[in-house]
Amino acid sequence: MCLAIPAEVTKLLSDEMAIVSIDGVSKEISVALIENLAVGDYVIIHVGYALTKIDPEEARRTLELLRELSVEGQGVAP
Amino acid sequence: MKYADEYRDKEIALGLAKTIRAETHLERPYRFMEFCGGHTHAISRYGLEDMLPNNLRMIHGPGCPVCVLPAGRIDMAIRLAERSEIILCVYGDLMRVPGSQGASLLKAKARGADIRMVYSTIDAIRIAEENPEREVVFFAIGFETTTPPTAVMIRLAEKKRLSNFSVFCNHVLTPPAMQNILESPDIRSIGRVEIDGFVGPAHVSTIIGTAPYEFFAEEFGKPVVISGFEPLDMMQAILMLVRQVNENRHEVENQYSRAVTRDGNLRAKEEVSDIFELRDQFEWRGLGQVPYSGLKLKRAYAKYDAEVRFGMNELRVDDNPACECGAILRGVKKPVDCKLFGTVCTPETPMGSCMVSSEGACAAHWTYGRFRDHQQRRAS
Ligand code: SF4
Repeated sequence: MCLAIPAEVTKLLSDEMAIVSIDGVSKEISVALIENLAVGDYVIIHVGYALTKIDPEEARRTLELLRELSVEGQGVAP
Repeated sequence: MKYADEYRDKEIALGLAKTIRAETHLERPYRFMEFCGGHTHAISRYGLEDMLPNNLRMIHGPGCPVCVLPAGRIDMAIRLAERSEIILCVYGDLMRVPGSQGASLLKAKARGADIRMVYSTIDAIRIAEENPEREVVFFAIGFETTTPPTAVMIRLAEKKRLSNFSVFCNHVLTPPAMQNILESPDIRSIGRVEIDGFVGPAHVSTIIGTAPYEFFAEEFGKPVVISGFEPLDMMQAILMLVRQVNENRHEVENQYSRAVTRDGNLRAKEEVSDIFELRDQFEWRGLGQVPYSGLKLKRAYAKYDAEVRFGMNELRVDDNPACECGAILRGVKKPVDCKLFGTVCTPETPMGSCMVSSEGACAAHWTYGRFRDHQQRRAS
């Protein structure tokens, strides 16, 4: 019920709608809940609505941190 | 898939698991409740429990809107759908949720009720436009994630001057339910589970932000880490909780910063507060009446409120006494503790709602966890 997935905005339509691509599959969704959206942005979609934009800078930082935390573990005996 | 696959890397996960193991103190238990069904699903699906140390236990909380919908509300919807003038639009997950005496929307549909599965509230609007001579009711359900789409739909119905459209509102709020788990009056009969910290909701928090959880951190002294739904997100969130526990801290931390901010989605929050107001109380399956935990339409929107429009009476039904959903939703029992699990109750023939939704603890354990039980039994 609460599962939602990231998707890339490929086209903005009228009436606060947009086309997004999920691994190449296109879907029409509502973007009524999002401000200042541009083609190329990634959003999280849920029941046909974009809930929020994904912040690429924060996404990169989280990945970096995950790698660091993982490496910390590699040094210890299992 | 971008922003998903990167957070599923097995090597990184194994390293994270080692870091967690290195930092947990052997002499103390770590008991973390994930509130969200999405997290329960991820834990089972990626076998995260197998990677965690034995003294660290994940407790599956109530966070699936389908699982907490009481049988009475299903009965109310069935009664409504049986009226010839009505088309009832529902999200697919709801079709098999058991009402009283084994009734379900699916069975009502088979008997001739006009019930249509929709993917989005936009489909419901379209159905209302296409059927001006019928009454179209949308069965609205869900946490803070699903409420803004319902609000947008009501605004749209108003704009389009749809006079044959209304909403049966079952939207509920997560923070009051979390509070109820920590301090409910019936804890004495059902038992209390000790919790050392919460993995906070991912997508609910994209809307409400992290701020509402600060109350728990302060008032109950429990750490809360908002976490994404991918396996690495969960592992990192668990490590962050372990560190807070070790350092005796209880703060709200945000692992899912790529999608969640402190304030959340202001536009969505505004839409919701324009249209909805709090109910004094709302019944949750397994938790009973929870004060100020549900939403209803404001009086200004009464014509879109199916409960007002069709004079729907509140129905209360007791759950099947053998079903342990109540204790499972509170994390007091595990699915396998239920006598019915895997015998009379399976996803094909669910007795309780925890078995219906793929995010329910029973269904998640049925799909991914029972083989592990089997292996463990063979190994011991
Ligand atoms: S196994 Fe079925 S009957 Fe038992 S608690 Fe889960 S949903 Fe309820």
